[in-house]
Amino acid sequence: MRLMKHVVIIGNGIAGITAARHIRKGSDYRITVISGESDHFYSRTALMYLYMGQMEYHHLKPYEDWFWPKNRIELVKDWVEKVEVEQQQLILRNGEPIPYDELIIAAGSRWRRGGWPGEGAKSVHGLYGLQDLEAIEASTAGIEKAVVVGGGLIGVELAEMLHSRGIPVSLLVREKGYWASVLPPEEATLVGEHLKKHHIDLRFNTSLEEVQQDAAGRVQAIVTGDGEKIACQFLGITIGVEPNIAFLQGSGIETDKGVLVDEYFRTSVRGVYAIGDCVQYRKPPPGRKPVEQVWYTGREHGLLAAKNICGKPAAYKPGPWFNSAKFFDVEYQVYGDVPARLPEGWDWFYWQHPRKDQALRLVWEQESGKFRGVNLLGIRYRQEVCEQWIISGTKIEEVVTQLHQANFDPEFHNKYEEEIKTAFTEQTGRTVHGRKKRWWVFG
Amino acid sequence: MPTIIRDTRFTKLKKHPVQQVGLVLLLLGFAVLIGMLSLGNYKLTPSIVEQSVADSAHQAVLKSYLEPLYDKPIDSDWALSGVLDEAFENANEQLGDKPIDDYWGRTYKTYLIKYSTVGLPAERPLLLFWLSIGLGILGGLLYIFPKLQLLPGIKNNHIFHSATTNRGWVGWLLGSFLILFYILLYFFPYYITTWMLICDPLAYWLKGSGATEWFFYGLLYTLAILVMGVRMMIKYRHSKYHKLRTGSVMFFQLAFAFLIPEFLVALNKPYYDLKNIWPLNYDLFFEYKIEEFLSSGTLGMFMLIWGIALVVLGVPLMTYFYGKRWYCSWVCGCGGLAETLGDPYRQLSDKSLKAWKVERWMVHSVLVLAVVMTAAVLITFFTGKSSLLGISSYDLRYWYGFGIGSIFAGVVGTGFYPLMGNRVWCRYGCPLAAYIGIVQRFKSRFRITTNGGQCISCGNCSTYCEMGIDVRFYAQRGQNVVRASCVGCGVCASVCPRGVLKLEDRGDGKARFGEVKF
Repeated sequence: MRLMKHVVIIGNGIAGITAARHIRKGSDYRITVISGESDHFYSRTALMYLYMGQMEYHHLKPYEDWFWPKNRIELVKDWVEKVEVEQQQLILRNGEPIPYDELIIAAGSRWRRGGWPGEGAKSVHGLYGLQDLEAIEASTAGIEKAVVVGGGLIGVELAEMLHSRGIPVSLLVREKGYWASVLPPEEATLVGEHLKKHHIDLRFNTSLEEVQQDAAGRVQAIVTGDGEKIACQFLGITIGVEPNIAFLQGSGIETDKGVLVDEYFRTSVRGVYAIGDCVQYRKPPPGRKPVEQVWYTGREHGLLAAKNICGKPAAYKPGPWFNSAKFFDVEYQVYGDVPARLPEGWDWFYWQHPRKDQALRLVWEQESGKFRGVNLLGIRYRQEVCEQWIISGTKIEEVVTQLHQANFDPEFHNKYEEEIKTAFTEQTGRTVHGRKKRWWVFG
Repeated sequence: MPTIIRDTRFTKLKKHPVQQVGLVLLLLGFAVLIGMLSLGNYKLTPSIVEQSVADSAHQAVLKSYLEPLYDKPIDSDWALSGVLDEAFENANEQLGDKPIDDYWGRTYKTYLIKYSTVGLPAERPLLLFWLSIGLGILGGLLYIFPKLQLLPGIKNNHIFHSATTNRGWVGWLLGSFLILFYILLYFFPYYITTWMLICDPLAYWLKGSGATEWFFYGLLYTLAILVMGVRMMIKYRHSKYHKLRTGSVMFFQLAFAFLIPEFLVALNKPYYDLKNIWPLNYDLFFEYKIEEFLSSGTLGMFMLIWGIALVVLGVPLMTYFYGKRWYCSWVCGCGGLAETLGDPYRQLSDKSLKAWKVERWMVHSVLVLAVVMTAAVLITFFTGKSSLLGISSYDLRYWYGFGIGSIFAGVVGTGFYPLMGNRVWCRYGCPLAAYIGIVQRFKSRFRITTNGGQCISCGNCSTYCEMGIDVRFYAQRGQNVVRASCVGCGVCASVCPRGVLKLEDRGDGKARFGEVKF
């Protein structure tokens, strides 16, 4: 009798676990998942809520512990030190080597350091995994002041976490606006103002120069590019993440910034796949970056890797870009392409509520009028509807006319599509049609 | 299981001074409420016995045994209760086939003890009312109002760091107190007659007669929903959905559950909470109820037909159009208490698959039990036969009332708020929830829809689902959520940081589970 093929997955994050689940659905292969970070799959997206006391660790686990033996997914808690592709085996830090027939690398990423003098001090942390959170928990106990460097999504999360414990936070942002590489100026301003309302000391055009330590090697203060010294006992570094691929050095698996893969997630070595954060596309899909470190791309990769391993190969063809985030109380959604600066030949329209933190930006091609994307702050839109507009190249006038169909806000919430239509017509001179109001007991 | 080191200092984040004052007043009011139970002295008189013992045969016999006690001061209700028990026992030897049973014994004792009270509770009931319940309301509101200073939006920080909301010592203390309270209320009302006394002025003003334990309970219940309703309004003030549904349960409790039934009684009409639907309102078809309706003219007839129409037409139609929520989180009194007083405990519901299995067995068993019990009672009513398949219909309804009506709905259902979440009764025990749930699961336009692939599996939705639904399970697959138990409170959609969930009632049969994406 031929032994069942053994698929080994490095990493129990969303990518690795999605792959494992779908390999189980599509086959009878032996599946082993290795992770040194945690016993079970958990959602790192909720680490902030754990720190804030909004959830407990068991809430972070999307599957109960019986799920894994029931589905015959073997879990190994260990760190992989080395991949030996010739012998088809993994060398672990503590346990025996594990042989594999096929390998999926889903090792995720790790937070990036900035190379600043003194950044090796104690109580300097990034936020990526469980171990980071434990370190942050220990380092922020009873402190007076914290500084976070990096104006992206994780920076705000960390600021919100510290804020929840009553620790004053200065957030250093190198650019002239919040997340200015992604958000157009108006959105960046709105979010920035919202952070200030929550008493975050937001400093634009401010870089980190140096980290000063006390005698015990802990952070004592930081110095900014302007030479200002801010006393603090904790420094959060949130300037981005990079693929976690150091353990692959010398393995013969080709890497650049990440593990290089084709559209089937095959690496340069036969029988070895890579998915999720640690991946770099050899040919990025249209409109996508070579490295995509987003929750849902990890999930999509996992699904496709499973299909490929189960003999039903499918190439990665992601739909229009989308993403979302939450900055304290303001939700953010984006569907399609909404660049921070208006490209040549495109046009856009921006609407903002006079008092509330709500805004919308529509982007389209000037000539053809084709809808390209939408930014939303404090308003929820349906992905399905927006995606359909983008894929079918719906004209902007048509989109604005149908705008209410995309609204996904809770029932009874004030909806502003009619105001938006009026403002759109006034600003762009393009004509759109109104909508008759219907009355329902529930919105 | 990772070890998350916890800094205990942050839980001492300072409360606003007004909140501190509020907390002190609340505790003070609570202390007075408990303390007054030992304040009374008691003195029996012949007229009190006449007033309290309705049955003339009972009265005549009892009088002879109680005579030695007249005008002698007794210093506690415990002592008086003991003496009365003895008198009842002696009387029963004489009464033969028409004895003072448990029910009458409890009722007589309650009245005898209440009316024989002398001292502060009898002389200054209003003073004690304001010092206990009044201070409690004021303290509660003072504790709640400073939260207006927070910016609108979901704030669930430190819920799992708190001894009150994460089964810490405060939670256990609170749970134990509530359980004890329900046991006293249902089984030993004669030890809480002081609480009835302080409500007498209000009861006389509202309906022209004195307060029973049920008047006191109804008042406390309504005040809990109103005060904690204000808290809900402030906590969820960014969401019109929550403000409206909270306003709705506050209104239905105050008007339909508390005021209208009392007015009806004052007008000598049947006591009826028009929004309470069978089988939650399990005694609706008991013979004394039916006879009461039939003897109350057009209004009584309307009440009976209204009660039947709600079960047969109201529930299926409303549930088809709007889902279970139209009742459970907009109208119902049990739901009203759960959504207001119980809101701080919603995260304690068990989300495991095992809990779901237990839930389905239990809640549907109670529904079957309610149907069988009511059928037996109706058969007895129409045919005069007092048993069904050898089981006495009187026993059946007694045990249903005791086991489900008192123990499950009260002692467990509310007493376990701080331990098992705010919907223990609704989830595991309510027969009406089971009935509406079946309609919602198979024939309703209502569902929670999921917004494409935006879910990041963070688990806020599941954590804060009071019904213990693992919402994330569906959301992370891009499935719509159609579950019999969902009461449509809408909190999953509010706590979602990515705008993934929305309550909708536009679904058709085909879209029941949505397209499975992952």
